[in-house]
Amino acid sequence: MKFGILVNEGPYQHQASDSAYQFTKAALEKGHSIYRVFFYHDGVNNGSRLTVPPQDDRHIVNRWSDLAKEHNLDLVLCIAAAQRRGMLDENEAKRQGKDANNIAEGFRISGLGQLIEAGIQSERLVVFGD
Amino acid sequence: MEDEVIKKFLYVNRKAPYGTVYALESLEVVLIGAAFDQDVSLAFIDDGVYQLKKGQQTSVSSGIGMKDFSKTYRALEGYDVEKLYVDKKSMEERGLTVDDCATRLA
Repeated sequence: MKFGILVNEGPYQHQASDSAYQFTKAALEKGHSIYRVFFYHDGVNNGSRLTVPPQDDRHIVNRWSDLAKEHNLDLVLCIAAAQRRGMLDENEAKRQGKDANNIAEGFRISGLGQLIEAGIQSERLVVFGD
Repeated sequence: MEDEVIKKFLYVNRKAPYGTVYALESLEVVLIGAAFDQDVSLAFIDDGVYQLKKGQQTSVSSGIGMKDFSKTYRALEGYDVEKLYVDKKSMEERGLTVDDCATRLA
């Protein structure tokens, strides 16, 4: 089965990001494919390179990055949601005249069309969040 | 579109229009999605029914200093998004009737 994943909540604040990760990992292990993981609402905060959790806790951002590397996942942060929340990649930081960028490895920033496309191309779009 | 796949999209709106950003950002998905010519429906349930309420006052002078985006639901028809469904029970629980809605319902 080809899945699209939508993550609507931020890391650590809400279970949704953990559940989405576990689901994605389990699906891949079972031989399913993940068309795209799209991060929306506070979900975009899952892609912050500057996240520093306590050492005895899971590292949600790095976990996504590692999974993306291992399975060649497409992790997409919504650009509109990201900009509202201070999430910028190198290009956007330059364009907006900001002095820093903070997107973690394996993530990219793009538009909401990528979410709709994932809905069309996937056999199931699974939504995580309230 | 490269391929002519048409799927059914149902956007489920369960949150009040302000207080959290879910409603506003969900509406943005609907607007962007309209360009993909899919079979789109919107459902409003629970506090989501408040999203359609007439007479929202949100300006800085009269309210919480946010943009009143309820007018956008009325504009959806122009994007061929015409199937809006509101849960009757949710409305009744909140003392609302269809006359309180700012937009036409399916």
